[in-house]
Amino acid sequence: MIDIILSGCGQGIIWALLAIGFYIAFRILDFADMTCEGSMTLGGAVTAMLIWQGVNSFLAVVIAFIAGLLAGAVTGVLHTKLKIPPILSGILTMTALYSVNIHIMSIATGTSGTANLSLLKYIDDTVFAIIRSIIPLSKRDVTLVFGVIIVLGTIGLLYWFFGTEIGCAIRATGNNEKMCRAQGINTDNTKIIGLALANGLIAVAGSLLTQHQGYADVKMGVGSIVIGLASIIIGEALFARAKGFFFKLIGIAVGSVIYRVIVALVIYSGMPSDDLKLMSAVIVIAALAFTNYKNEIVGAFKKLFSRFKKKPEEKEEKSNE
Amino acid sequence: MSEANNARPMLVLDNIVKIFNAGTVNEKIALNGLSLTINDGDFITVIGGNGAGKSTLMNAITGVFKVDSGSIVLDGEDIGHLPEYKRAKYFGRVFQDPMMGTAAGMQIDENMALALRKGQFRGLKWGVSREEREDYKARLAELGLGLEDRLTSKVGLLSGGQRQAVTLLMASLKRPKMLLLDEHTAALDPKTAAKVLEITDRIVGENNVTTLMITHNMKDAIEHGNRLIMMHEGRVIIDVSGEAKKNLTVEELLSMFAKASGGEFTSDRAMLS
Repeated sequence: MIDIILSGCGQGIIWALLAIGFYIAFRILDFADMTCEGSMTLGGAVTAMLIWQGVNSFLAVVIAFIAGLLAGAVTGVLHTKLKIPPILSGILTMTALYSVNIHIMSIATGTSGTANLSLLKYIDDTVFAIIRSIIPLSKRDVTLVFGVIIVLGTIGLLYWFFGTEIGCAIRATGNNEKMCRAQGINTDNTKIIGLALANGLIAVAGSLLTQHQGYADVKMGVGSIVIGLASIIIGEALFARAKGFFFKLIGIAVGSVIYRVIVALVIYSGMPSDDLKLMSAVIVIAALAFTNYKNEIVGAFKKLFSRFKKKPEEKEEKSNE
Repeated sequence: MSEANNARPMLVLDNIVKIFNAGTVNEKIALNGLSLTINDGDFITVIGGNGAGKSTLMNAITGVFKVDSGSIVLDGEDIGHLPEYKRAKYFGRVFQDPMMGTAAGMQIDENMALALRKGQFRGLKWGVSREEREDYKARLAELGLGLEDRLTSKVGLLSGGQRQAVTLLMASLKRPKMLLLDEHTAALDPKTAAKVLEITDRIVGENNVTTLMITHNMKDAIEHGNRLIMMHEGRVIIDVSGEAKKNLTVEELLSMFAKASGGEFTSDRAMLS
């Protein structure tokens, strides 16, 4: 049991980067960015291909980040320069990336149409294996320790970045675009930068996930938008009182870990893994519906409760009659 | 007012035309060959009925959209081709909707810092510096709204009047070439509106900044500024300044409007009183 929870934590800490990236697009820029489904896979595909080519796996993470930046920038350009609505811009980039990802993985194997790339032959070349060769840790612990360091480092950098002049301008863009233009902010640029950064982080999540699970697959990003949303919702609910950007991001990371632990426990309890995406969708729907109908639901419960309280009185009245 | 002495033109609008939905049944000629010269130091109040083109005029000046024809020359520079965000450095703007001028989810100091960097490159330096904060505090204290102690409060927590006051401060933080106020007191209760107008007068006076203020309130239009223009169907139909403007009464203004607009006075009366 503890094993399952801890391995869930390890997965969760990698997926936290996805959740944080998605948070930048979704909450800071107010842009429900579907690109993440493609950029997650892009990060994985680029990393697996580069490791096959003998590139250092740490460098592969950096290159995956850059690839993600580009993917996000494409969505940004589609939206700002070609005036395509946000969701559609993301879907278009995501769809295009499906082909791109297959091409990238095909570079490694030399056969076209490669839909997945195993790292079985290169299992000693992943970042986790390299760290384990220096510091003697179990595979599970290395994921946890390295993951926590990466996530905390990322949160620190983001905290700094969104406190800078350009970072403030990006935050303001998500808040009030009209005001931004009146203050001389080129909102096209701030959106493109924000989306690039978001997808860069998501690609890093894909890169680390690929190295953790030992393969890249063209479908590995499917449903990641819902997982990101679920992590954000759990994190915001738990850290509802958190003040300041730093603790909000910590909350998202914790939300991601908790989500993965729940998933691990559900699978452990015997639910077929095919139903996972259905479960994630239902969790997110329930959470979103709850936030939209909070007052009604709380009101209904209160009513129900007061009815139980009143019942005895009503009976008395009836008996009097 | 010494408009005769400093007759240097600040903004020259020449024959501006803007048609919305051209060629459709919803075609609307919003600005119909409007020409207007605004001198440096002018404080112009703009009145006119609904659909007269007042807000369209402001949006044309600031570049929310490009005009169909005509030229916009600001302080000798043709700005008609510049995108909105590039024109922003010349203008300070306050909108009718108090929600519009500030970023609700950001702190007061962060909002002001955004305004201070108008027209500058935004890089990786801290978004708000310590020295700035002291300056903001002093400026907020002058408003007399107690905001100087709430520098790190989210702007979304402020009342409409407080938000408009902060927006005004932001608009004038870096002295703009022109201050453009689009019915910035219309959404406020009378007492708050009066307070915001008082702050407006002070900021305009202190900075001696050329100002264009749209208002629905004829009394305010007469009491504030040195020049009054009335718009109708996308044109300026009345332009009064100096002593003549000072001595205007609301009744005189209404009859002037009736004469100039050719009888559409009754339907618009409600909008103008």
